[in-house]
This record gives sequence, structure tokens and C-alpha cells, in this order.
Amino acid sequence: MINSSLKQLGDMLQTKKISSVELTQSFLSRISEYNPAINAYIALDEAKTLAQAKAADALIASGSALPLTGIPIAQKDIFCAKGWQTTCGSKMLANFIAPYDAQVISQFDAVGAVNLGKTNMDEFAMGSSNETSYFGGVKNPWDFDRVPGGSSGGSAAAVAARLCAAATGTDTGGSIRQPASLCGLTGLKPTYGVVSRYGMIAFASSLDQAGPMAKSAEDCALMMNVMAGFDERDSTSLQREKEDYTRDLNKPLHGLRIGLPKEFFAEGLDANVGNVIEGAIAEYKKLGAEIVEISLPNTGLSIPVYYVLAPAEASSNLSRYDGVRYGHRAAEYTDLMDMYCKSRAEGFGAEVKRRILIGTYVLSAGYYDAYYLKAQQIRRLIAQDFIEAFKQCDVIMGPAAPSTAFKAGEKVDDPVAMYLQDIYTISTNLAGLPGMSVPAGFSAGSDGKALPVGLQIIGNYFDEARMLNVAHQYQQVTDWHTRMPELKASGDLA
Amino acid sequence: MALSIEDIKKIAHLARIEVSEGDAAATLSKLTGILGLIEQMQAVDTTGIVPMSHSQDLSQRLRDDVVTKVNLREEFQKNAPALGNGSSEPAVADGLYLVPKVIE
Repeated sequence: MINSSLKQLGDMLQTKKISSVELTQSFLSRISEYNPAINAYIALDEAKTLAQAKAADALIASGSALPLTGIPIAQKDIFCAKGWQTTCGSKMLANFIAPYDAQVISQFDAVGAVNLGKTNMDEFAMGSSNETSYFGGVKNPWDFDRVPGGSSGGSAAAVAARLCAAATGTDTGGSIRQPASLCGLTGLKPTYGVVSRYGMIAFASSLDQAGPMAKSAEDCALMMNVMAGFDERDSTSLQREKEDYTRDLNKPLHGLRIGLPKEFFAEGLDANVGNVIEGAIAEYKKLGAEIVEISLPNTGLSIPVYYVLAPAEASSNLSRYDGVRYGHRAAEYTDLMDMYCKSRAEGFGAEVKRRILIGTYVLSAGYYDAYYLKAQQIRRLIAQDFIEAFKQCDVIMGPAAPSTAFKAGEKVDDPVAMYLQDIYTISTNLAGLPGMSVPAGFSAGSDGKALPVGLQIIGNYFDEARMLNVAHQYQQVTDWHTRMPELKASGDLA
Repeated sequence: MALSIEDIKKIAHLARIEVSEGDAAATLSKLTGILGLIEQMQAVDTTGIVPMSHSQDLSQRLRDDVVTKVNLREEFQKNAPALGNGSSEPAVADGLYLVPKVIE
């Protein structure tokens, strides 16, 4: 049952083979068994969760169930959920109880899905290993010595360990796709503006986008049907017709043009990861796809540009945490300025402070043109690379991350090495394009354990349904996405 | 553009983050590394390129000028931090938030 697809679970619930309360209980008992070791969840609230499951059972009994009614979903702790501790992985918000629901939470509530808990994440979504979380790192379920990726590391580990049926994530520079790759899941970052950011704690507002993290493309499509949609409370939400993201899943891929950017297969890519990706491309050829060699010449500039724009936006967004109305306030202070400075010094972790300082610097008088304006100009060059590329192909493929999961502690003291984890994902955020990671095989780590590798699929604007189709057809002829790690119960761990 | 310890202290002040001498030195080395990465941008000729602030070319939507929010002050004030300086009481009084005196 824990391996069942969302569609299978929905069928079991609606034919009364199982109740939502029973299904939820079974996930809660797995959580109590495995989460103490994995640390995928920051907040659990059995009473609230089971009350939602009971309400879902009533909805099913009344015959008004929808596809995700009664299904337990884990929510990244970046989404405000009324009455739930909502921390964004930070000491700053350790005691914050959200007074309202994010639109994403409201959308899941509206279809009768069950909120299983709030998942761990890098502090304010700044990180690629989940190690910056104030609530501790998360274990990669495939190898407990390794990180799950980040920032949506808790959601990724929860799905991989089957501690939820599916989860939500957010992606500012790769925070859905990189952990999906490192944990062997299917994750989708939609086109910017497709999912509402209302109630989603802001990091870099021109890049942040929420999306599903699940076991398969079909599951992601069902999640997208709930998450996508116009919301007037988000000023960048796009006014578009509602789509059925499952509509194209079964289309054949014959004639699909796949663009392979040479920059995604150059120096810096782990050779074993490269082999796995080439294996996946070969599979697509068998499905009738054509391969087109393309170039995204400014790929290498995406990291410098991102580390100007994202910190600049973050330094502005995070100025709201001043210790006055909510969040951490220093225990001792002399005057108002001292209260601000101490509250922020104590409430933020090292990586968040670094990014606020970088952002403050690049926006400060005298440096604006050299950094911020320059970065915005190169951002356009990066977006234009994609526009040119999509004249020659329907989707772009490559690795989602340059390596498999790395060991905890390996990069945490070297920010620049950590930032390079997102070399293949950041450019799509800068362009606002949708991107996915799809399990494509395994590569043996240094100690011989098999670690998942993710194939990235980048689509043109609003082409999520086609990307899901492309991923789903691959998942009909491969079984990488069905593999799950062998877990030991927490009690067995030394 | 090499940063100095003094620059770090100035930026930290602008960002309203207290840094100790030891923190400033450690921060200097990390920030210097990150700025080295960012410096790669300077090799690109961007003459005449229109800056891109956002991926969607949107104009601001307007809404009807009607009340859309309800007053949730009491709900919001439940999240007030502890006052500090020896008091663990919430930093609120009569519906207001308490901060150190700023006007003489």
C-alpha cells in the first residue's frame, strides 16, 4: 500500500477497501518508526491530521470525493498552515503558529486531502543539502550517511522513505529537482506564476515556485491539478484557464524532438551520472524520439547571476524579521537598533546571514550597476538561450544534478561548492521555465551503495502537460521510479 | 573589488545583523569566495541589453476598491515575541506591540 500510486490509493478509498483514517494511521505509524532517524518532518500533529482524515471519510461516504480526497500529503514547512507550527527551517520562526493558510494548503484542504505534517528544509530554502535547517539535517533514505539534497530535503526524504503518499516542495534555484534527483523521485517545478505564492514564505520572489514531489509523473499530474490555478492574492499569479495535467499522459512520443545542451554534459558532470543520463536518452530513442544537439551558451553564468539576484531579493524579503511583531526577539537588548541587530543575529543561521549580507552589498550605493543591473541583463541572455533552443526542440534533457547524493558535512563549510550543485537547475528559474527531475537509474557511491540519478526535463513555458507525458511514457518502460530504499527502524540504528 | 573587515561591519550594520570581530573575519573569507564567483559576470559585454527583472512580462493588476481583509489583530498578536530584558510576557499591550522607547 505504501508503494501505491495516488490513483490506486484514490480507487481504494473510493471503493471503501480502506478508509482515509486507516491509510493515514499507517503513514503515521511509519513516521513514528522511521522519522526519528530520518528527521524528514519538523512538525506533526496527529489530532489535526486524523480529524482531516475523518472529514475525508465523511466526504467519500457522501459520494462527493475528488481524486486526492483522503490521501495523506506532506507539506513543506515553507507553507503557512493555520494553527500549525510554520518555521521555514529557521530559529527565527521556531515558535510561529501560522494564523492563516497558504493558497497551496487551502487548495489541498478544498479537495479533502490530509495534511500529514510539515517537512524539514534548509533554512528559508537557502541550501542544497538540508544541512542549514535549524531543526537538524535530514538523512537520505538511500544512504543515511548522505544528504537528501535541498532545500526541499524533508519532502524528498519523506516521499523516498514512503512516509507520505506525496509531498509539496518549492524551487527557487533547484530546490525541488535536485533533492528529487538525489532521493529518486519525480518532482516538477512549474512555470513561474502557475502555482500561487500566497502564504508561501518568500525567499527570492521573482524565482520562487511551488510544485509536487511524488513517486511518478502521473502522481505529479494529479498534484498539479490541485496546486495550479489563478489566485488574485498573489500579484504574479497568472490568469489562465484551468488545465487537466493528466490529459496528455498517454500520448505516444514518436517524433518528439529532445534537445541535449552540450553545456549540460561538459566538465563538472560526474561520469557515472552522465552514463545513466545517456542510458535514459537511449530509452527515449527507442520510444521514437529524435535527438537534437543544442547549445545554452550562458549556462555557466547562471550561478553568478543567481547569487546576485536571489540574495538581493532575499535581503529585502527577510528585512521583515525584526523581532517586533513575530519571530525571534533577543532576550537582552539596550535600544531598538540593538534589538533588531541582536534578534536577527540570533534568529538567522550562518548561510541565511551570508545571503542577506551579499544581497545588501550588491544593492548598496555605488555597486547597483556593477552587480544587480548586470545580473538582470545576463538573466535576459540566459532566457534568450532557451527561446532559441526551443525553436529546434520540444523538450530539453540533461542531468538534474552534477553528482549523486554527497556525504553530510562534505560541502557545508564551502558555500561555493554547495552552490555548484544547482548548475543545471538555476537557469530554468531565471528564465521562469518549468523543469522536472525523473528517476533514471542508479550509480554506485564511493562506498558501493546504489544512489539514485535524476534525468532533468525542461519544457517551454506552460508545457507542463507535455513534460508529464514525456516522463510518464518513460515510466511505462522503466521501473526506476518504483524502487524504494530498504529502511531499518530507528531502534536498530546505533 | 576586495572586501575588508570594515566593509563587512558596514554591510552588517545596513542589514541590521550584529557581528562580532571573530564572525566578521570568518564572514569576510566566505563572502570573498562568493564575490569571486559573482565576478565572472564582468567578462560579459551587456551593452544595450534590457535588464530582465521578471520572467513574465506582467503589468500590475488592479482590483475593486473594496475591503477585502478582516481584522485579525488578536490572532496575529498571539505570535508576538517575549518582551525580553527579564520579561517573558508577550511584547503587546492594549493591542499594540512593545519596543524600546525611540522618542525622547
